[in-house]
Amino acid sequence: MSLSRSRKLVGLFLALVTVAACGGSGEDTKSANAGNGAPALPGAQLGLVAYSTPQEAYDKITDAFSATSEGSKITFTKSYGASGEQSRAVESGLAADYVAFSLEPDMTRLVKKDLVAPEWNANPYKGMVTDSVVVFVTRKGNPKNIKTWADLTKPGVEVVTPNPFTSGGARWNVMAGFGQAVNAGGGSEQAGVDYLKSLFRNVSVQDDSARKSLQTFTSGKGDVLLAYENEAIFAQQKNQPIDYVVPESTILIENPAAVTRTTKSPAQAEAFLKYLYEPAAQKIFAENGYRPVVPGVTGPYKFPTPSGLFKIDDFGGWTAVSKKFFDPAGSIMADIQRGNGISVG
Amino acid sequence: MPLPRVDKGTALGVGVTVLWLSLLVLIPLGAVAWRAGENGMGDFWDAVTTPEAAAAIKLTVAASAVVAIVNVVMGTLIAWVLVRDDFPGKGFVDAMIDLPFALPTIVAGLVLLAIYGANSPLGIELAYTQAGVVVALLFVTLPFVVRTVQPVLQELDKEMEEAAASLGASNFAIFRRVVLPNLIPAIFAGTALAFARAISEFGATVLISGNLPFKTQVAAVHIFGQIETDNTTGAAAVATVLLFIALLVLLALDLLQRWVARRA
Repeated sequence: MSLSRSRKLVGLFLALVTVAACGGSGEDTKSANAGNGAPALPGAQLGLVAYSTPQEAYDKITDAFSATSEGSKITFTKSYGASGEQSRAVESGLAADYVAFSLEPDMTRLVKKDLVAPEWNANPYKGMVTDSVVVFVTRKGNPKNIKTWADLTKPGVEVVTPNPFTSGGARWNVMAGFGQAVNAGGGSEQAGVDYLKSLFRNVSVQDDSARKSLQTFTSGKGDVLLAYENEAIFAQQKNQPIDYVVPESTILIENPAAVTRTTKSPAQAEAFLKYLYEPAAQKIFAENGYRPVVPGVTGPYKFPTPSGLFKIDDFGGWTAVSKKFFDPAGSIMADIQRGNGISVG
Repeated sequence: MPLPRVDKGTALGVGVTVLWLSLLVLIPLGAVAWRAGENGMGDFWDAVTTPEAAAAIKLTVAASAVVAIVNVVMGTLIAWVLVRDDFPGKGFVDAMIDLPFALPTIVAGLVLLAIYGANSPLGIELAYTQAGVVVALLFVTLPFVVRTVQPVLQELDKEMEEAAASLGASNFAIFRRVVLPNLIPAIFAGTALAFARAISEFGATVLISGNLPFKTQVAAVHIFGQIETDNTTGAAAVATVLLFIALLVLLALDLLQRWVARRA
């Protein structure tokens, strides 16, 4: 029995690897696009550099864009990887016309180097192309009945979340836990810090990236995974036996995108960025589990709006938060890790 | 004293070797060390003595040492079995030894997680413990000692052993006095490679370790975290310490091997 079980498991992740590698190509999205009627822009090849989770969505959106009359002569080269790594690659010279990251500091890095214009966030959506929220992913049927943030700190509940020092994306999870406790504690910052302390006492695994945390959780470790809603939907699309809960109070995740200043085809790159806000493109994001930023676009998933939704701006924005919470030399999270680490031995 | 005359062929060969090593090894490693010392020795020392860095380096060196020692025994044994024994499927086993080299280490991590993780089909749960880190390192370092000892064992003149046997030496005495001294240089070389590989391993350990600071976070993953928090100087500092440890261990093993060779 054990052998066949192990074979099945080996088969399962080989399948996962294959699915990830193929990236959902071949599905026809041309029908989703009505064509915008604008005259074709001169031919160009755009370099798209993005973080890895929206790969399937981008593969479909670029196909759909190339099927419009405006984008008919435009082709793409695409590079996907961890958000921080992609940002650093562009910083050190990787050619890119369009960049998309999982959180704003990766964009700020390029603004500092003058690779992205400082007014990249001047559009009505503040430069964000997709949203999401931090959710609780549980085993199918939610056997431990995890509903609230308080449930995560109960004794015997094993929490999985990536390490906020190795995973930029994991910082959304930390700030969600912090923010809800601050709001519940009447604005007391100490309540937030205390909550994070007890939360990380229950964290049994801290993988280096969000996708590896999902892998760890689906392989059977832990009772609850802190993840983005789009990752939970991705796992369900891949038929993983999981459920997820959108907590009453959680953080709004915002994913930035921009055209670079170094682009050789600014008109084409701007046109692509503009296309991302059209209903056709936003709908593809929605189909892949992202919350559209453009009002009125719907998809196959319900995206309930939590009553206590808050934003990173409520804590002074990412620049202030990075310093205060995630400076490895000394910060709220560094102290919590040290405190827990030394007590665990 | 006149310099020894070097003929043109040798000069060309040495020139190409030095250039090649400089471009591929010396300059990049020098750049790492230079980067590490960029902000002065005080910052360097601070970066490698933070509680996280110290714990990660300690775990990495200890796990690598365990892995090196296990490899000495198991690697030599496997090489022995492959050269001296005949059994069905020997060719298959021989081919299998190199597979850990061929597999991307992150896939190795995935496989190990499925076998030794939660719900282990074998009933052995090692993931997210220091034992899991050791198993991952054993997996990726398996070929080194086997593949350095095997060819030496194949070339070993059997007549020496027969002569020893005819003079009444026991099997153990033959192994210890005749076979082992011939294998020592290869065993040490393989062990050194295995150790150096183990202290720098990232892919295989990152999943199975669970990356818990102070508990299972290895140095390579700690370095990754430093880069991810935009602290490249700190990352370079920890990397320099690893390089220094590797250099020390390689030197120590070389000296030890010479000492053993002289005594044998």
